[in-house]
Amino acid sequence: MSAAGPSQGARPLCKEGGREVRAAASVGEVTRSPPLLEVAGLRTHFFTRAGVVKAVDDVSFTVARGEVLGLVGESGSGKSMTGYSIMGLIDPPGRVVAGTMRLDGRDLRAMSAEELRQLRGNRVAMIFQDPMMTLNPVLRIDRQMTETILAHERVSAATALERARAALVKVGIPSPDERMRAYPHQFSGGMRQRVAIAIALLNNPDLIIADEPTTALDVTIQGQILYEMQKLSRETGAAVIWITHDLSVVAGLADRVCVMYAGRIVEEGTTFDVLTHPRHPYTQGLLDSVPSRSPRGARLKQIPGMTPSLLDIGGGCAFRDRCNQATAKCAEQPLMAAIGDPGSGQRMRCHHPLHWEAVA
Amino acid sequence: MATTASSRRTIGRTGVPLVELKGVSKRFVRTLDAAAKIGNVFGAGLKEEVVHAVDRVDIAIEPGEVVGLVGESGCGKSTLGRLAVGLLPLSDGERYWNGVALSSLRGLQARTQQLKMQMIFQDPYASLNPRMRVIDIVGEAPVAHGIIRPQAKTEYVGLQLNRVGLDPTLMRRFPHQFSGGQRARIGIARALAVKPEFLVCDESVAALDVSIQAQVLNLFMELRSALNLTYLFISHDLGVVEHISDRVVIMYLGRVVEAGPAAGLFSAPNHPYTQALLAEVGKVEPKKRTFAPIKGEIPSPLDPPTGCHFHPRCRHALPRCRESPPRLREVAPGWSSACHLNDA
Repeated sequence: MSAAGPSQGARPLCKEGGREVRAAASVGEVTRSPPLLEVAGLRTHFFTRAGVVKAVDDVSFTVARGEVLGLVGESGSGKSMTGYSIMGLIDPPGRVVAGTMRLDGRDLRAMSAEELRQLRGNRVAMIFQDPMMTLNPVLRIDRQMTETILAHERVSAATALERARAALVKVGIPSPDERMRAYPHQFSGGMRQRVAIAIALLNNPDLIIADEPTTALDVTIQGQILYEMQKLSRETGAAVIWITHDLSVVAGLADRVCVMYAGRIVEEGTTFDVLTHPRHPYTQGLLDSVPSRSPRGARLKQIPGMTPSLLDIGGGCAFRDRCNQATAKCAEQPLMAAIGDPGSGQRMRCHHPLHWEAVA
Repeated sequence: MATTASSRRTIGRTGVPLVELKGVSKRFVRTLDAAAKIGNVFGAGLKEEVVHAVDRVDIAIEPGEVVGLVGESGCGKSTLGRLAVGLLPLSDGERYWNGVALSSLRGLQARTQQLKMQMIFQDPYASLNPRMRVIDIVGEAPVAHGIIRPQAKTEYVGLQLNRVGLDPTLMRRFPHQFSGGQRARIGIARALAVKPEFLVCDESVAALDVSIQAQVLNLFMELRSALNLTYLFISHDLGVVEHISDRVVIMYLGRVVEAGPAAGLFSAPNHPYTQALLAEVGKVEPKKRTFAPIKGEIPSPLDPPTGCHFHPRCRHALPRCRESPPRLREVAPGWSSACHLNDA
């Protein structure tokens, strides 16, 4: 691993996201080591015939080594696109139009296609939702795994095979020697996802971006995968960005949470802060919508309406049409601002944040 | 949570159930093709592959009740749902509607009977014909069954859409012009258009976002009281099932392992599988959890374990669990569980 020096505190800041970046950096200096990944003012837009879709619009966050960051949101909130942007996987008509993404101080946006290719699958790995879509159905597992190693390192095929086998053992696949010679369709969904995780781990990445990896799995299998991921991130010290719509997964797994809505992060903080005293009405609404949190049979508190089309959001807070706190002021886009106990790192983007009395 | 037991309704297990399945089984058989038959003549010894998707299941659903059917993928819960509404023929057993055996009905009688049971499917994208307009998706069945005259279709479909919270002016649109939550509502409107009494919801909210899921769950509850509906609610999401159900049935590999009142079952599960399943329910509590999953995966239904199907994954397995399958036995009034441990 090339040990690029940690990023310096003072950096050119983009105009609108400026305040929040500085705030995040100062919190980072107090409580955490320099972040592994720093995303600031990221904007990813899709230029379609119908208009510009602002899939990711001014997103800033940091991830430290060994940290699990939960990126939560509903479909269309831009959480996956944020992950894809970091990986450099945005295809036309989409484009990252603004912002900086630094991995260990190196600007990802300034990298050439070849440099990015060297990075992907090596220092940054991604796990996708549907392992059947990401594994090549006509290649055996051993080939797919050694390919990943040989693409980044000059090692002998035997060494690569041995490492592939070790990775399968690490993710808890029984009889790895046999399974290496199997094809993806011969695996169950949970086992396939384990293989996908093993492939992601092959080159000891610094950062793993997991895009809803357990959504397609049964609860007991989801439990097993979460257990493995928790263990692996602890053992390897890799930072994890866990993209999900499932608050209960985030609750048990993540250190910090970013809640996204309509392309923007609307709230960020430690998992405890965000889940116990959310400040943004959307976060509160999301928590209220979870059936297991309300008494059995009682009417769920629902968020009225639906997520707006990203085509015609206009200015202002995208949540205002569904929000019971909304006032005329909400026609103006709220800026990300720190709230609550200074040092807690909780930030939100709302003109009328919720107040909690008993919060120390 | 589970402790706030709702005493809204105590559904006694008396009276005639609205829907009853007795000893229902479904086997899917892959018959031998010609080549395999010729092979067998020469002693290849090939056998037909039989999957016991549903294995002698008894379920009784009282009028107005919501029964949650829970299990992991491949446990046969969707197949059971399809058997219950009659979308699949039974291999064994009998279905009863208000005590009348459904196999005894013929012709018009059977057809009108069939309308009383409808199904709402999982995938709001795949279950709506992309080339039909909403007015036809919702209005086709009531016209075909003579519930309304063709001229009344527009008005009738408008009423149906209103009831599920959709703007009737959108009825000339195609499914792809709607969001996932709206499509789920179209699916519900379609099922309700023929005035059913019993609905099977097969993972009907699984594809929806949390906030939309809450809306649709609330809609289900409203419709239930407004139209006096009875539900068989199939889901793998225990949080949803716990919220909506009066009674819960847990399936594992084609068999019912436990069935009981939702409040009791979620607070004190009897069967080891139910216990393991409930331990996995994600709670939205910001506490670092140590995930301690049950080992292994659901075995192949082609070759299920002997005895109790759960014994290879069960931490309490006894020698006899390997040999004889446990019967469903009552552990409390209206609550039964299939586990040998209960005999001890």
